[in-house]
Amino acid sequence: MDNLLEIQNGIAISRASVPQVPSDVFFKSLSEFVKNEGYIVQFFAYQEERSYRLLAVVRNTRLFVIGTEVGKTFRSLTGAVSEKFHLFEREIAEQFGLKPDGHPWLKMVRYHKNYTGEKDVFGNHYQDDIPGNYPYFTVEGESIHEVAVGPVHAGIIEPGHFRFQCAGEEVLHLEIQLGYQHRGIEKMLPDLPQKRLPIIGESIAGDTSIGHNLCLCQALEALADIPVDRGASIIRTIALELERIANHIGDLGALSGDVAFNPPAAYFGRIRGDFLNLLQVLCGNRFGKSLVRPGGVTQVIGEEQLRIIREKLTEITPEIEHVCDLLFTAHTVQARFEHTGTVTEAMAKDLGLVGFAGRACGIAYDARISFPTECYAELPGNSNHVTNGDVNSRATVRREEVMHSLKLIGLLLDKYEVFMDSLIAVQMRDHDLKPDAFVVTINEGWRGEISHCLLTDGKGKLQRYKIKDPSFHNWTGLAMSLRNQEISDFPLCNKSYNLSYCGFDL
Amino acid sequence: MESYLSLAIAILAAPLFPGIILKVKAFFAGKKGPPLLIKYYTLAKLLQKGSVYSNSTSFVFTLGPTVSLASALVVLLFFPFAGADPLFSFHGDVIVLFYLMAIGRFFTVIAALDTASPFEGMGAAREVFFSTLAEATIFTILILFYRLNGSLSFAEYFTGENPISLAGASGALLLFAIVSLFMVLLTENSRVPVDDPATHLELTMIHEVMILDHSGPDLALIELGAFYKLFFYSAFITHLMYPFTLAHGISNGVIFYIIIAIIYGAVGMTESIMARYKMNLVPKFILTSFALVFFAAILTMGVFQ
Repeated sequence: MDNLLEIQNGIAISRASVPQVPSDVFFKSLSEFVKNEGYIVQFFAYQEERSYRLLAVVRNTRLFVIGTEVGKTFRSLTGAVSEKFHLFEREIAEQFGLKPDGHPWLKMVRYHKNYTGEKDVFGNHYQDDIPGNYPYFTVEGESIHEVAVGPVHAGIIEPGHFRFQCAGEEVLHLEIQLGYQHRGIEKMLPDLPQKRLPIIGESIAGDTSIGHNLCLCQALEALADIPVDRGASIIRTIALELERIANHIGDLGALSGDVAFNPPAAYFGRIRGDFLNLLQVLCGNRFGKSLVRPGGVTQVIGEEQLRIIREKLTEITPEIEHVCDLLFTAHTVQARFEHTGTVTEAMAKDLGLVGFAGRACGIAYDARISFPTECYAELPGNSNHVTNGDVNSRATVRREEVMHSLKLIGLLLDKYEVFMDSLIAVQMRDHDLKPDAFVVTINEGWRGEISHCLLTDGKGKLQRYKIKDPSFHNWTGLAMSLRNQEISDFPLCNKSYNLSYCGFDL
Repeated sequence: MESYLSLAIAILAAPLFPGIILKVKAFFAGKKGPPLLIKYYTLAKLLQKGSVYSNSTSFVFTLGPTVSLASALVVLLFFPFAGADPLFSFHGDVIVLFYLMAIGRFFTVIAALDTASPFEGMGAAREVFFSTLAEATIFTILILFYRLNGSLSFAEYFTGENPISLAGASGALLLFAIVSLFMVLLTENSRVPVDDPATHLELTMIHEVMILDHSGPDLALIELGAFYKLFFYSAFITHLMYPFTLAHGISNGVIFYIIIAIIYGAVGMTESIMARYKMNLVPKFILTSFALVFFAAILTMGVFQ
């Protein structure tokens, strides 16, 4: 603990103040921290002149940072300390060609050439299609069969490959291979003109455009010391909550459809559209694009928009309650949801699940409460009581979050009225960023903890941009959900998480 | 003449009724739903298309649709729709016909296995397992009917002096048979709560996943076969509910198709008010249908009379 520096969410600090410790101290401090209910927010590599550095942002109830310099290999903590390091270490190996020594299952994450031209850790030449040189985990035995699903799926969803090892209907192991949507966002962002950054930020994951862009804009605001109007802050918070409601409602409907219970699927489908339309009322785009920009928001809510949103919420809240009751009281639906895809609390803690998936397993962490940004410090939190880690818990937590978010939006609209006349819309323009600075921003997107981490160089140019979508933590949770489940329950488990492919693939 | 006419009407009308299921489901979901004639449009559309064949399949794959349609059609030839004499009938035809339908299923299954897709193999395994269980129910029903009526053919069940019907002397026992036959109807025709005909999720499918690789006219044949199968089961239940020996001709026909429509409506309602079972509960569901009719069969044994 002594070696870690406590930092604040969304406050830039000078890079000189980030503790640089010898690598053995680095790994010792990290493993001690993670063993005591510590979780990893960011763990990544960057290039400094000709050397490689690792930087870790970790949290318990507070936020800490620590860094070190490493050679071409570094010590892996995955097997020795915690599964939480697993994907982060593989990502470092893939992005910078640094080998985590002693990693129990070293394989590529997204299948792309590393940034540095170092020798590829996985022995891939990247001329073959994904997954290239990579054997899948297999189970052997006379009654074992393998089912491969995707990357092209039956529905209108993103590409990802799922490899099941089954004994009859029972899944023994599920391996998830992503990377089909890798666009190289992290590598591209530092070289782009600043004006384009929010536009890319909104496209990191299309269903979380507010969440990711909020992280990006808060980071730029911290690095350029741009103040944000309180009214703008309220609009941002409303937008983030609308995004949360729209996605949770859509997924509750889809869960209902997956168990062939049609009425809620149809009703929720319509209600999701209503919330997307409210985002459009807010900013002119159903997915909240072009709303959040460094320094504030591009659209000011007027009297009329305020009225439309209020009226719609009054009209729709009882409808949501009714449809939720219809879904959650149907005993055939309960029979499908309960005890399906269970992840125990111990397992969830070991994997470091975040967001509603974590809360459904009993991990109360909510970035809105722990590291509040925008208006969250003054808003009431939410608590969940159904935390068994199964599909039912994830669905119930989502239901409770929808009702909670509706309440929050009501409170925010009341707060907003005072600021309505003084609020000025901002447009995107270039800002001078502080040189040699470091900032990390955390927001609770609808899936969970989104985090962006930015480093600037001596001239105030972005040197490293690191993005972490909550899906990066939770995909492993889905794989574990399927252990010893029936393969026919996979779609249901998958939908209960509804993780992002492009947010993971970057 | 009446036999030909009633058969022709049945063959032409069978694709109409699944449209009722869709309408009922749409009503419960607060939607308008597709037009009532949607299945005719679908068939016409599919027949105009070409078929795509995977190069990993053999001639076995192309046999599946033809045989499954043919087996479903042959069954209709033996069925006394609305009390009209069937085209063919002989003592013991029910046993032959149920196994003829099993042949249709067998060819669907080997066509699915022929694609070497892991999905289709999975679907085939489920279909075979569940229909094996359903067979127990069906043959117990036949035993029950033999006890009631002493015959083994559809024509003798539902025409003549002593038809099997709710209105008959042993009508109470038929309540069991009707309920369990409805459960078998849901199972054999891959309806909710056993299967979900509307899903796009291959891993959860039973019947649909076996026909994923069929396209165009092949798919049309399979769909048509499925319509006939569902129509046959509904007609079977209809005859148990109402004896068609009382009135004649047109009024019989009208009552017959009204009851058929009600049964399809009941299927749509079932699909709207309940979710699917978990796959491992499906055998219990089917065995419940067996238990019901087995109980009825025991009651005919004279022990309690």
